[in-house]
Amino acid sequence: MLRNHMVLVEDLHVRYGNLEVLKGITFSVNYGEKVVILGPSGSGKSTLLKSLILLVKPWKGKIFIDGEEVTDPKTNIVKIRQKVGMVFQNYNLFPHLTVLRNITLPLEKVKKMSKEEAEKKAWEVLKLVGLEDKAHSYPLQLSGGQQQRAAIARAMAMEPKLLLLDEPTSALDPELVEEVLEVLRTIAIKKQLTMIIVTHELDFAEDVADRVVFIDHGVIVEEGRASEILHAPKNPRTRQFLRRLLRRRELVSTVTA
Amino acid sequence: MIIDSLKFILSIVPFIAQGLTVTLQISLTGFALGMVLGVFFGLGRISSNIVYHTIASIYVEVIRGTPLFVQILIIYFGLPSLGINLDPITAGILALGINSGAYQAEILRAGIQSIPVEQLNSALSLGMTKTQAMIYVILPQAIRVVIPALVNELVILVKDSALVSVIGVAELTRRGEYIVAWSWRPFEVYSAVAALYFIVCYTLSKVSKYLEEKLSIPGYMTRKGM
Repeated sequence: MLRNHMVLVEDLHVRYGNLEVLKGITFSVNYGEKVVILGPSGSGKSTLLKSLILLVKPWKGKIFIDGEEVTDPKTNIVKIRQKVGMVFQNYNLFPHLTVLRNITLPLEKVKKMSKEEAEKKAWEVLKLVGLEDKAHSYPLQLSGGQQQRAAIARAMAMEPKLLLLDEPTSALDPELVEEVLEVLRTIAIKKQLTMIIVTHELDFAEDVADRVVFIDHGVIVEEGRASEILHAPKNPRTRQFLRRLLRRRELVSTVTA
Repeated sequence: MIIDSLKFILSIVPFIAQGLTVTLQISLTGFALGMVLGVFFGLGRISSNIVYHTIASIYVEVIRGTPLFVQILIIYFGLPSLGINLDPITAGILALGINSGAYQAEILRAGIQSIPVEQLNSALSLGMTKTQAMIYVILPQAIRVVIPALVNELVILVKDSALVSVIGVAELTRRGEYIVAWSWRPFEVYSAVAALYFIVCYTLSKVSKYLEEKLSIPGYMTRKGM
């Protein structure tokens, strides 16, 4: 059963002090599957993504990635992280390095590539996200959308089997959201990798998601095919959440119309 | 009277300037030793290893909680009773280094902790080890943050190095004292000594400004106008 899943999570609990943020999450993601996680802020979505690669330590429960138990103390977590890419809400590029160096540094230090190999790979991914002209800029000289595309390029350069995206467009100005989503759509369509995406962008979710998981108050409230959850949610909490998101979107479109 | 004073000062400058060389030698070497200790104990202060953390904390607290003057006396006059005899210069450098190390450890700790934890997470998520993340991501940013504080620490050390005159190191202040002893012109002599300290420290603060600007992160908003 382990072999069939890129990610398998069993009864995952995470605590920050006395606050239990995840209260028993069980779910799995197949190889190549694109899963969108929805939920109100504070519901534990980010914590779930971070705990998958132990950036947050689980309190209880098991996590398997690509058949290896992440939560086993004997497992070398660094090796597992090398199979997983992560894109953060605040981009988290290294501000003291150029965009190009942001990409080549981990290639050289982690993948032990030569400088030439690393740069070749870097140009490849910069092309993927359309940022070749910004290779020699520093992150803080770029717009939010460009920074996030650079962060996506950096993650993709490592050729992850699994890509985790933690609200990749939430920190962006509305007019910059689309350029990032466009890049992510391309990756979702072209690449065979598995993706877990936390987002509030419903159209995007519908475009790329094979499955949607709705989380609230640290538990999975509802999950299923994207079309089911997004158009005919059964659970009242899911319904309420989606209605609120849609209302906000309508407001936006009234303004722009 | 003024002309006479200036003539006198000019005549003693060559002699006390030799003391300046010694002052620079002990304070720069002491600062370098302090940096080695500072990095080691600064990392200790943020380590999750309890032994390492405790040793680093004791070091920092004890050194910060006792006068440099007393530390110099212990190292030069106290250690011989343990069978450790040091010449004055070595003792001076050792005292300044151990003292500065505690302050540099705190400066570095604060610098490292000022870098958002997301930077570490981001590096770890790319498959780097903690050590790699520290070397390539956290420290290069932390160093930029702490340059002004480190240079400030060096300036303090240059001035405090006057204290090692008490154990007979012929540095700037000590040489001033020699001249006062035979000339009886303390005002001119100590003013000249002070001026030499000032020139060194002022230059250092200019170097700090230069380094800060040279190493500033492109696109990073500085709060110059505030």
